[in-house]
Amino acid sequence: MFKRTNKLTGWYLGVAFASLFIGGFFGPFQSLEHAGVNLYPQLQAIGVQSYYQGLTLHGVLNALVFTTFFIVGFMTFSTVNSLKRDLANHTVSVVSLVVMIVGLLIAAVPILLNKATVMFTFYPPLLANEWFYVGLTLVVVGSWIGGLSMYLTVAAWRKENPGESIPFIALASTITMIMWQIASLGVAVEMLILLIPWAFGIASGTDPQLARTLFWFTGHPIVYFWLLPSYVSWYGMMPKQAGGKLFSENLARLVFWLFLLLSIPVGFHHQFVDPGVPAGWKTLHSVLTYSLFLPSMLTAFTVVASLELGGRARGGKGLLGWIRALPWDSPSYTAQNLAMILFLFGGIGGLTNASYNVNLAIHNTSWIPGHFHLTVGSAATLTYFGVSYWLVPKLSGNKLFKPKWALAQAWTWFAGMILFSNGLHVVGLNFGSPRRTMLGVSPYFNDAWSPLLIEAAIGATILGISGLIFYTVIVGTVFSKQKLDAPIEMPVAEAYHDESHVPAWLDSFKPWIIATAVLILVAYGPMLFYFFSNAATRWTSPGFMVW
Amino acid sequence: MHIDRTEKTFFMFSVALIIVFAIAVGISGMVYGIALPTPPEGFDVNPQTVATPGVSPWGEQPPDARLHELAPGEYEVYILAQTWLYLPNRITIPAGSKITFYVTSKDVIHGFRLDDTNINMMVIPGEVSKLTATFDEPGTYNFVCHEYCGVGHHTMYGQLIVE
Repeated sequence: MFKRTNKLTGWYLGVAFASLFIGGFFGPFQSLEHAGVNLYPQLQAIGVQSYYQGLTLHGVLNALVFTTFFIVGFMTFSTVNSLKRDLANHTVSVVSLVVMIVGLLIAAVPILLNKATVMFTFYPPLLANEWFYVGLTLVVVGSWIGGLSMYLTVAAWRKENPGESIPFIALASTITMIMWQIASLGVAVEMLILLIPWAFGIASGTDPQLARTLFWFTGHPIVYFWLLPSYVSWYGMMPKQAGGKLFSENLARLVFWLFLLLSIPVGFHHQFVDPGVPAGWKTLHSVLTYSLFLPSMLTAFTVVASLELGGRARGGKGLLGWIRALPWDSPSYTAQNLAMILFLFGGIGGLTNASYNVNLAIHNTSWIPGHFHLTVGSAATLTYFGVSYWLVPKLSGNKLFKPKWALAQAWTWFAGMILFSNGLHVVGLNFGSPRRTMLGVSPYFNDAWSPLLIEAAIGATILGISGLIFYTVIVGTVFSKQKLDAPIEMPVAEAYHDESHVPAWLDSFKPWIIATAVLILVAYGPMLFYFFSNAATRWTSPGFMVW
Repeated sequence: MHIDRTEKTFFMFSVALIIVFAIAVGISGMVYGIALPTPPEGFDVNPQTVATPGVSPWGEQPPDARLHELAPGEYEVYILAQTWLYLPNRITIPAGSKITFYVTSKDVIHGFRLDDTNINMMVIPGEVSKLTATFDEPGTYNFVCHEYCGVGHHTMYGQLIVE
């Protein structure tokens, strides 16, 4: 079924995992450098000019490219398979894929030539080669076209099924893409109005504070763009894999709508210590970020309850006995469940980051990479790995290569991440060591950091090995000679309660999109108006290539 | 819409938790005065002219003159961040002093985090980062750039010496 959509999904996933391979390669080297093992002189042999060029590749390829390609592919697949209706127009998705790949290639050239060593945040007035900005913009535009293809499909399904409510997985996948499209307007405006004219020399100066504001307009919701596909799997698919049911399906719908509403107007919590944003706006965004904690808590409850239904259905007894009864022999299930456990700590840390002045204790310290490796590096990435353990066999028609290795991959990622993340959290909190810094050769290096940085480096090395196991399994599956005995279907969890009636307000895009727009206008409108209306005096920063 | 009783309880617990956190943050801000940087009044900084002597307090020469004693035990210092140093980068004050930092950048974005204090700020061209701290314990406190600012980023730091 849906052969062409499967093929498209395969392409998105292929580019995603190729990017992650290159980006992930640098991870262990960074951590080893912090622990005093500097291998960057050796890396020059393969054309890596500096720690910071490697770190830019790590951030851009992992956080921007891998995630976006995987998500557009997975969400396209999940929408089609949930609606049981093929894409309305395959050409739109093909255009999306081509635009994204062309953008990636255009952006990759300057990064590889060390002409865009500006990190994945590309804060001006660091000035990268102009094609870096053009390429990344095309990747975003391509992802929008991928979203469009999904909307056309949902609209066509609506027409064919009047009076029916959209199935949960399709709805959640579509909300994820809508959220991303609204959220990425920030970075689109940054690119098109500030950075690209400036990089091409049309504008002589830029406004760094405005650029940061527009970046984080996108930069926080992008975290939810990474997480929501995991949630789609945790809510909609994993309960089925565990033999359970989705505990409260309509509440799950509400949670996704709340993420659409609340993910975006919270970006100033990344700018708590920015000098150009008044404290009042920081307070408002802090409160809104706290409200975002509520759908996350509902997720924790519903997902765990759904898995408990599975554990009990599989014969688990007692208060905690159902946990043992879960399908821990399944690599797909295990990877995702371990991702959830890591995310629990990521969520606690995230709440710390969002807590207004508590942020002073950890802002831009090693705590931050410690934190987001639990979110994007675990809740997202390890879940995507888990999904791939059924999706890649489904797409390739081959059995999963070495399932035991895949299981080992999940556990080594878990163990490595605990060491890595704990080391970075603690060294950041206790000693304030800065993030994205070549710590091992810094003149202010503090010997008290060493044990923690060594712990992190051991963790990063285990993560590197775990990554290699993942690639062995995936490449082995794609080229396996062992065909599947029976075709794999996307796991779709049934609702536990009878929730065949979906209230109209949970099945309607318009009111939620309007409410989202209004909230964004309230939370961002006045500051953006202030910045733009003072452009004449504010756009004064020339660019610098200082790497 | 059906909502399970246990889930409702859990939700109320979550709301209560958030309210407790918000109150704790409010107390830390209002009672203990742990503040975030906010745009100070009276500055109009252009990164292209901010280092010019006579035009701005960040242009004073030598850089050590950018430390001003306002009253006994009360100081302010205008630190200019640039790739890859702070000027001034060695500041000496007596123990028990209160010092206000005004930091800006003449080139790219930098950071400014001072050990063992609540001073942690982004330093952005065109903006002024201002925070205050009091130092009772003698010692040497590093201030470190915590935002990537180019290939020499990891060498960018300065020291506050409390005597």
